[in-house]
Amino acid sequence: MSPDAVVAVHELSKSFGDFVAVDAVSFDVQRGEVVGYLGPNGSGKTTTMRMLLGLLRPTSGSATVLGLDVVRDAERIRPQVGYMSQRFALYEDLTVAENLRFYGGVYGLDNARLAERMEAMLELIELQDQRNERAGELAGGWRQRLALAIALIHEPELMFLDEPTSGVDPEARRAFWDVIYTLAEQGRTIVVSTHYMDEAEHCGRLAILDQGRLLAMDTPTALKRDVVHGDAWEIVPPPDASPGPVLDSLVRLPGVLRVETLGDSLHAIVEPGAYQAESLADALAGYPGVRVEPAEISLDDVFSILVSGGHRR
Amino acid sequence: MAAMIEARELHKSFGPTHAVDGVTIEVQAGEAYGLVGPDGAGKTTTLRLLVGASRLDSGTVEVAGYDMATQTEEARASIGYLAQRFSLYGDLTVMENLRFFGEVRGLTGLTFDQRAQELLDFVGLLGFEDRRAEHLSGGMRQKLGLACALVHEPPVLLLDEPTGGVDPVTRQDFWQLIRRVLEGGAAVVVSTPYMDEATRCSRIGFMHSGRILVEATPRELAATLSGRVLELAAHPKEAAQAIARADPDVEDVLAFGDRLHLRVTDPAGPLSRLPSSLAAAGIEVVRLRPISPSIEDVFISLLAEHRR
Repeated sequence: MSPDAVVAVHELSKSFGDFVAVDAVSFDVQRGEVVGYLGPNGSGKTTTMRMLLGLLRPTSGSATVLGLDVVRDAERIRPQVGYMSQRFALYEDLTVAENLRFYGGVYGLDNARLAERMEAMLELIELQDQRNERAGELAGGWRQRLALAIALIHEPELMFLDEPTSGVDPEARRAFWDVIYTLAEQGRTIVVSTHYMDEAEHCGRLAILDQGRLLAMDTPTALKRDVVHGDAWEIVPPPDASPGPVLDSLVRLPGVLRVETLGDSLHAIVEPGAYQAESLADALAGYPGVRVEPAEISLDDVFSILVSGGHRR
Repeated sequence: MAAMIEARELHKSFGPTHAVDGVTIEVQAGEAYGLVGPDGAGKTTTLRLLVGASRLDSGTVEVAGYDMATQTEEARASIGYLAQRFSLYGDLTVMENLRFFGEVRGLTGLTFDQRAQELLDFVGLLGFEDRRAEHLSGGMRQKLGLACALVHEPPVLLLDEPTGGVDPVTRQDFWQLIRRVLEGGAAVVVSTPYMDEATRCSRIGFMHSGRILVEATPRELAATLSGRVLELAAHPKEAAQAIARADPDVEDVLAFGDRLHLRVTDPAGPLSRLPSSLAAAGIEVVRLRPISPSIEDVFISLLAEHRR
């Protein structure tokens, strides 16, 4: 464990009866990092998070959060971390300012400090002008930012965010992440659990989980390079052909690892150097007019290859 | 190809709010049309107008050749609709739910039994007939919802944010089902705030403030920014962001976890200038290269243009 680790997890496991929810997971999170925790339902995301918050006792292994042991010091962890759930609770008939004041009181901030923190938070989420609007009247993206501000009111060093931008549009998501990056620059540490690729792309490092096990953890760029280990091509069927038969031909070609149907084209991962645009188009000569263009490897590719063994579709 | 949905100049206001403000949509058989846009753009209201659940202020909707205003019954009978918070009966079993929706749609007896077997097989719920809906996982509930929407073999399927809160594996399964519905010749309209879901549609209408700003295939959309997105990976990222923003040909900088996307008016200038200006500031450049724009890049640029 490095001295700067805000979260240090060693061989952490949790079983419920015969069911192993978290299976010997180890990782560190450094100060100022934005780390994503990506996995399907039942992969152990929430169970891990609950153990790190000191809400659930591990079956074996150990973990420290802000230097505190999650079993021995569980009570001391929660006041020092922020938590924003996907089902965050705003009081809809209270104003923006009243929501912040209420939660500040829950965390025991005195009046002077509460006033100072409220101003800082309103500035951070750019809601100064809407402070007297009811929370229920805010648009979705703004509500999410208010929920973030509430989770930050007691100035925690470490934040756990559970699907923070699910259901918001790209522009609102971008504004939200700009706030997250500002927090990380200030040296705060952020752990985001999600099952959306759009959200995962924003994390500095990404842990991928399935069935309780940590399958990989690295930057999105490194995961795309090392896990996928192949070239991405976009295949555009001729205008009168449907993608179905082209897909069937494609998956039978040697060196083709994975094919996915997008709206009006196909996305293929092939073994490194197996094809050039021309040779791949030649291999699909049964479809005159088919076009092949270079594409980018996606986190969907990474996820499918790790979790589903790269099954062909 | 026949248009299965023809909606012309739809208008719907709630008090002073123009929720839907002149929307025209045409969807062909076998086509998946993605209605994409921010919260409050009017996506759900548009779907409710298409399904006839909400009364039009003006405009016309034709579904499978039937006019929603004058041939309401026939038009509605042609539609399967999966609402955002679709209501299954939690205390009814899978089969009982399916039977309920079958009866509403006039399916009984042997016809229903055959259709139910087909559908349960199709969505992968065979063997779960007697499980109560409230005891199904999120993904299974959603598949049951889809089966209920498809019970009367509608030629038109409308899905309002169908995969909200569903994990990626389940989402891929769900889209495989939708793809088979499309291969069967149905027309599908999907509303979604997710860009990765939008790219699975054959055509995308980008909605904002009650209007469709742009309508195109995912590839045509990406082509509007072709050559105008650069990927920059550099340490420290924040300093790199400030320098990139200052370049005269950089319109916008979008931060991701370990890299930046720069939207440029012309790539040549930044590609030649940025390496030296970043190096001069002591910033280590890991990568600077043109990339294919994502749908997310396109939408953010569209919104910026629209607001200008």
